[in-house]
Amino acid sequence: MGFPHPSHPGETVVLSKHFGDAGARTHAGWVERGGYEGLRKALGMTPEAIIEVVKASGLRGRGGAGFPTGLKWSFMPKDDGKPHYLVCNADESEPGTFKDREIMRWTPHALIEGCAIGAFAMGVERCYIYIRGEFTEPWAVMAEAVREAYAAGTLGDNAMGSGKPIHITLHRGAGAYICGEETALMNSIEGRRGNPRIKPPFPAAAGLFAMPTTINNVETLAAVPHILVRGAEWYKSLCKGNPKSTGTKLISVCGHVQRPGNYEVMLGTPMKELLYDMCGGMRPGRTLKAVIPGGSSVPIMTAEEAESALLDYEGLIEKGSMLGSAGMIVMDDSTDMVYQIMRLARFYAHESCAQCTQCREGTAWTTRILERILSGKGKESDFDLLLDLADNMTGTTICVLSDSCAAPVVSGIRKFRGEFEAYIRRERAPVLELA
Amino acid sequence: MSAGHVVDAEPYEPVFTGETMAELERRFAEYPNKQALLLPALWMVQERRGWISESTISEVAAVLGLTPAYVKGVVTFYTMYHTHPVGRHFIQVCTTSPCGLCGAEDTVRALLEHTGCGEVGATSADGRFTVVEVECLGACGFATPVMVGDDFIESVTPEKVPELLARYP
Repeated sequence: MGFPHPSHPGETVVLSKHFGDAGARTHAGWVERGGYEGLRKALGMTPEAIIEVVKASGLRGRGGAGFPTGLKWSFMPKDDGKPHYLVCNADESEPGTFKDREIMRWTPHALIEGCAIGAFAMGVERCYIYIRGEFTEPWAVMAEAVREAYAAGTLGDNAMGSGKPIHITLHRGAGAYICGEETALMNSIEGRRGNPRIKPPFPAAAGLFAMPTTINNVETLAAVPHILVRGAEWYKSLCKGNPKSTGTKLISVCGHVQRPGNYEVMLGTPMKELLYDMCGGMRPGRTLKAVIPGGSSVPIMTAEEAESALLDYEGLIEKGSMLGSAGMIVMDDSTDMVYQIMRLARFYAHESCAQCTQCREGTAWTTRILERILSGKGKESDFDLLLDLADNMTGTTICVLSDSCAAPVVSGIRKFRGEFEAYIRRERAPVLELA
Repeated sequence: MSAGHVVDAEPYEPVFTGETMAELERRFAEYPNKQALLLPALWMVQERRGWISESTISEVAAVLGLTPAYVKGVVTFYTMYHTHPVGRHFIQVCTTSPCGLCGAEDTVRALLEHTGCGEVGATSADGRFTVVEVECLGACGFATPVMVGDDFIESVTPEKVPELLARYP
């Protein structure tokens, strides 16, 4: 559903079916709508069989990386005698992305059910859902849903009468974009600063509290109950493009479109259909200039690239960008690209955890150079300096925050160079004053 | 209590006593060690005291078996913990790119004007409001999102600011 707008016929509504329906928030309401059938079915299967179904469905991580979920689950060791953990990443803080918030606000039990199925499949007794500190309303809805799930016996030492313990703890973040990175998130739960960890070891070997751990995004886990109930073949059939991209995806659309919101489409849907049919196109009198399709960390696309792209993992790579979290930032012809790229760089400079030099210095330098250009004091040599910095910031650090800052700078200079030159050559009036 | 360099104007009143301590202790069962309770414990402090002082940092450290320096390192990493007192209503406005495209900076200006805060980060003279700019609040389709305390308000435009503020006396 194009929440908060009515559903569009071009959408395929699975995860968002009950967005806006407050009755779906309660345990009883969820059961009435067919909820917890996926968990019931899973508890009657072997853990291996559950993982096989998830593998066969083709479900891939919806947080940004697109890693096959069933394969990730299969990396967890078996019968090793150690506690295992499942962590749900509900830190949604990638600019442009606001889908997990709606899943938690409207269908909290879908997430609890997905967590419980994953927990059972991976021998996990306790799952932590890490919710960003600013999500006060989703937190309250989730807390009530967890309380209800315990009261109903769905969670607890004998989950749904299965004899298996499945527990869920909500853990509140406190304001740090970097905690959406899985190893930083684990440090944050452990009561540490949110600094990403060097990999290996990978979480499945030594993750939370140094124990085998799997981290999945909210949307990924919320899709699992549907796959258990309706089958892997059904999920695989939800595909309009590349067969490696299956299922539906919630696309968050923001910026200069007539109807911003969350749209659920089959992977492989043409981006043009989403932008013009579902979102109603640009504001009156305006034309499309650029799209950042996967949350702010992916390369910027021109209007031509966007209008010819298919919305799936492969389709966006083909156009030089990435599906990422599918948080789509749409910019029309009124947009000052240099200013927007500076604003993104400033975001990354603010959010750098500062443990790697390339990132701590690189994000700050990039921001200052872009501010200098916007203040009318840019030089022609700034292009080389920015690109050299970006080169040193890519693939050289513990996590990819630094790469994410470099991506819009490099793609922005390549695709909108004239706008930078206009400031540097004093053809355009400065918009910033440097202190 | 350690950190002898901290001098309080008044005798320090601990946060973790009675029911507050009992609430923290109930949560110990959900984690394999006490350190993992650090973020939850800091939230409990901020909910009760409004901000996290040097003395409460020392108290949290003692309760969880950590050093005050360690706790301070964690407190200062996260932007939502206040290390100094703030206005009665703490206002956070998103100005990251998606909201910036939709006029967030105008909303900030209206908030600064109508609260009397004057500048970002300052508290109004009557102690009623503090306004800060924050990075992405995760509601980009509902620009501009504003948080007042724990309330999350979507689609705030400059015109809506006076009515919004009136709800927070």
